[in-house]
Amino acid sequence: MRNVSSGPARLAFVLLPVLLSLLLAALLVLAVGREPLEVLQKIWQGAFRNSRSFAGVLNFWIPLTLASVGLFVTFRAGLWNIGIEGQILAGAIFASAGALTFNFPPELAPLQLLLQILLGVLGGMLWAGITGALKIWLGVNEIFGGMALNALAGVWGIYLISGPWYPEGGSAQQSRPFLENALYPALSRDWPVGLLAIVMTAVAMVLVPLIMARTRWGLQLKATGSNPRSALLLGVPTTRVAMSAFLVCGALAGIAGSYRVMFTYGSFRPLVAGGIGFLGLLVVLLSTMKPLWIPLIAFVFSAILAGSTRLRVSLQLDSSLAGVLQGALVLVFILFQGLRQRLELRRNELPRMPHRPPAPPRAA
Amino acid sequence: MEIELRNIHKRFGSVHANNDISVVFPAGRITGILGENGAGKSTLMKILSGFQPADRGDVLVDGLSAQFGSPEDAIQQGIGMLQQDPLDIGAFTTLENFVYGRPEKVLPDWHSARSDLEERSAQLGFDLEAETPVERMSIALRQQLEIVRLLALGVNALILDEPTTGISAEQKQTLFAALQQLAHRDGVIILLVSHKLEDVITLCDRVVVLRAGQRIGEEDMPAPGETDPATLNIIKSRLVHLMFGQELGPHERQAVPLEKTVLQLENLYLRDRRLQIEGLNLSLRQGEVIGLAGLDNSGQGLAMRAICGLETVSSGRVLLEDEELTNRSYRHFLNRGVVFGAAGRLEEGLIAGLTLTEHMALVRSERAVLDWPALESYTRESLQHYDVRGQAGDRIEQLSGGNQQRVLMALLPARPRLLILEQPTRGLDVESARWIWQQLLERREGGTAILFSSVELDELVAYSDRILVFYAGRVHEVPDVAATTIDELGYLIGGEFRQE
Amino acid sequence: MNFPGCLTGLRLLPGRPDRLMNEEFLNTLGSVVANATPLVIASVGETITERAGVINLSLNGSLIVTAMAGFIAARVISFGVDVDAINMIASPEAGLIGGVLVAMLVGALVALIIALSSIELRLDQVTVGFILTLLMADLAQFLGQEYTRIPGPVVPKWPLPLLQDLPLLGPVFFQQNVLVYFSYVVVIGLWFWLFRTRPGMAHRAIGERPEAAYARGTNVNRLRYIYVVLGGSMVGIAGAAYSLHFKPGLSNPPAMQGDGWIALAIVIFGGWHPFRVVLGAWLFAALRAVSSDIQKNGLVILGRTLEFNFVLLNGLPWLMLIVTLLLVSSGAIERLLLLLPRPVQRRMRSVLRSDPPRAIGTTFEVD
Repeated sequence: MRNVSSGPARLAFVLLPVLLSLLLAALLVLAVGREPLEVLQKIWQGAFRNSRSFAGVLNFWIPLTLASVGLFVTFRAGLWNIGIEGQILAGAIFASAGALTFNFPPELAPLQLLLQILLGVLGGMLWAGITGALKIWLGVNEIFGGMALNALAGVWGIYLISGPWYPEGGSAQQSRPFLENALYPALSRDWPVGLLAIVMTAVAMVLVPLIMARTRWGLQLKATGSNPRSALLLGVPTTRVAMSAFLVCGALAGIAGSYRVMFTYGSFRPLVAGGIGFLGLLVVLLSTMKPLWIPLIAFVFSAILAGSTRLRVSLQLDSSLAGVLQGALVLVFILFQGLRQRLELRRNELPRMPHRPPAPPRAA
Repeated sequence: MEIELRNIHKRFGSVHANNDISVVFPAGRITGILGENGAGKSTLMKILSGFQPADRGDVLVDGLSAQFGSPEDAIQQGIGMLQQDPLDIGAFTTLENFVYGRPEKVLPDWHSARSDLEERSAQLGFDLEAETPVERMSIALRQQLEIVRLLALGVNALILDEPTTGISAEQKQTLFAALQQLAHRDGVIILLVSHKLEDVITLCDRVVVLRAGQRIGEEDMPAPGETDPATLNIIKSRLVHLMFGQELGPHERQAVPLEKTVLQLENLYLRDRRLQIEGLNLSLRQGEVIGLAGLDNSGQGLAMRAICGLETVSSGRVLLEDEELTNRSYRHFLNRGVVFGAAGRLEEGLIAGLTLTEHMALVRSERAVLDWPALESYTRESLQHYDVRGQAGDRIEQLSGGNQQRVLMALLPARPRLLILEQPTRGLDVESARWIWQQLLERREGGTAILFSSVELDELVAYSDRILVFYAGRVHEVPDVAATTIDELGYLIGGEFRQE
Repeated sequence: MNFPGCLTGLRLLPGRPDRLMNEEFLNTLGSVVANATPLVIASVGETITERAGVINLSLNGSLIVTAMAGFIAARVISFGVDVDAINMIASPEAGLIGGVLVAMLVGALVALIIALSSIELRLDQVTVGFILTLLMADLAQFLGQEYTRIPGPVVPKWPLPLLQDLPLLGPVFFQQNVLVYFSYVVVIGLWFWLFRTRPGMAHRAIGERPEAAYARGTNVNRLRYIYVVLGGSMVGIAGAAYSLHFKPGLSNPPAMQGDGWIALAIVIFGGWHPFRVVLGAWLFAALRAVSSDIQKNGLVILGRTLEFNFVLLNGLPWLMLIVTLLLVSSGAIERLLLLLPRPVQRRMRSVLRSDPPRAIGTTFEVD
């Protein structure tokens, strides 16, 4: 470990966390009396046993990538947008309102779809905008404002299900199922996944990093995120820039939310955000702000998520194992990153600044 | 007690901050450590007081080798240092600050500590009040507290780092009287680190001069009562010669015809958490330089920020060439050629983590899509023009302080209408400071008006057409700058307006 | 609106002023104090941590995982490992003490990760804290799955002799259990420690200006380890208070869902002062009591029954969170200080100050 910036060492600092977190998860599985390899196999099967399960992975990947790309923008602006979970939910609520209201004739179905997605975008932006306004103009830290707005969106969702959207003869678990023309069309019977959403996600994951690197807005975001006081003095409209970061993230979260209700569930449920926003924060932390990695990491996380949903059925194991695995991976990875930076720093420091001369040997 | 430094070496990267320095400090004497910024004074004193280890060399206390692993070690051996920004805790009261660090029991004896504090304070002619929170106290009072605290810990060698920056003439007198009493009556070793000739001549018994990390020489000072200007001038010029190797005066300032009014302030009322300014009126013409004098936090910072939209104006009007801009955003001002430069460069002004090209792109790019190659070559040219030692791709924090200040100059618009600069030469060595003023004066000749604040009285006198003195939010204009001496200005910043 | 008189349907606030101190009202206040206890202990624990200059953002996850650990330990010690067992094999006291100790240990371990990553690795405390928040919640759910919705030991009431008979104060404060009394002790103890003792000054100093603390011979990083771990173990006790006292047992979603975030906000609202922190925690608990009372008994204002979906009341604590933070950020609390007469101002200064410890979130290294 003498040279921590060489190629192999860098690789080791990525691979070791993966191995360690897998080991940790294995120990936990053993602790509850199951076979780790069997669990791994079940997760793999849950994700990749056939085209339908693979589509299930993609159905997580779409909203997760959208949310992560949005969070990439807010992180760039120096903002901890923990409120993303509520923004996804608000997007879902708005899109659901459209789905439960509209019923366009079949030839206008694409228009209705578009309208609902736009409503979702609007909902996400609204929720993000409130967090942003609280942060920027009223000085309420975005972590707490965001957390509160997450909870408020949750309360609103439960209220809708128990009141205005209470389904006739149903239980207060979900709204009535949406009609056919209110849903993203599936690719095919064997590939139940929304093609339009895949296209939107692909565009977002390419376009957003490109905009960040090549435009003045992207540079202004970076400047605001690094030092808002200085950015203001250099002529950056910092409040507008910070707000725009919130709104862009909210818009992407809104699309993610619309996909959850307009495809994954086909109805509104209060828990529709399902921790995808929080998971997105982990994805971006793991990417160390390198946007190319975001869709890849999101894919791996989606596979773990989709694969472990069946653990309860197959092994009577709680699906929270997925979260444990993901969280442990990110934690250990970040710790190793810190370790590597410290070692690098120490190595660069030593020849330059010899710490104190060695003490003269004392007479015995 | 006697302290000796033997062959002290200290390096920071490529800079040899202390190069083989040896010096003896006898008891009961006040020794000045003189040198310009970056000469290695502070480094040497930090080594002596345990804040930094030396790379090589010895510290001897009464002939015995001393090893200081921490400031606490040094204090236990009787050496204490008063930092330029006193190392106290703002949220504590005076008494808490005094008690914290004393070898007290878990439950301190507040009563005896308080009487100890009050007694020592009175003995030295200080004005400390036990219950006042430190964050509400002036630098001068915080210095007094720190001195009393260190003495109470049994220190008999006291190091003061630039203690006269940011205090008034009267506070300086109190401080100097106390230091003389300590040295000449109680036998305490006093070391005064300073780059100000007047201070060391007035106070010290002898002066050691450092230049570029080396000990250049030492001079005995005249007796405290010496007032003969001829004698003083000879000593001064000898010291200047030692400090710089040659004499550097301020720039010759071209007379610039003062034309139309750029900025007009009408009856401004301003307030922040500490103070309020009532009824500030000012007009500033093209090519005019106005200096704002005053102790730290006397209102000049608040006024400068409020003028360009960075703080709120409670009432009154700010007019920029007849256009009212009261309480408009800073960007409004910036778009009209009003630029603000804050004192802390990396905190306010430059952005750590961004490259020089990125900085340039922020202020120069008009288009939404950035043309990186063009911006980079533009940046390279600009760096050359401003003689910045650094590459376009370097991150700003990799540059030295002087070079960062040069980058800030390069980032200014070509012909600003008004520059508002907070302590534009703070922390710079003499050469860099001169370069900055050369740049500013060039812009002034092009018609730019300049409003700047400084705690260096000679800088204010040398460069200002007019000087406004701030004291606790009150503003007073110096009637005739050309006829004002630095000493008179020193009394004014202490709030003694009525003395003329 | 004339407050107590018009809310006649509200059991919490009695119909007529002469009955203001009736037994039912005092009981309600007593249950507010009891229900606030986990929040009080968690907020005070976080205050200990943040006063030392470190943020333990993992509170929400820490509470969930320590509640799980505390409950399982208490259950296993009292009932044995068989999850279907319903008869105690040991005394509940042993189980409860063991449960609290295990919860403290777990809370301390989580805090240790934050201390290590901040002090040794210079990692951002918010980042590590957030990851731990998520990880610990999932970990608790995973490890606690077998123990969800089964009975376990509960901390018994233990009215204090003599004190319980005090008029008004007795029923509200002194007919509680050990955990509640512990919260009083911790609050007063922390206040005394911070503002009256020598080590307490060092505690505050390392959060305000570590370089000044270092210059006075304080070992900044060692103290930070100690206080972060101590704060974390307090959070552990708070977690145990949820599963052994507030809502005994484990549930999914956990009973304290979101309380970690509220506790973090209470610390800010409380201006890092133990007394104001307690006040904040009681305020939140009182609001909850009011809203659950309305959900049970309905709301009558001016003799008219107000009809609306009471589910919305669950949003109240979160609205209040935003409002309290607004109060702090707008400086309203500090402006209150200026209204007071000068001598009182001086005494109240440390209570009403809303500035965070200045060095919070930063790392310190001797150069």
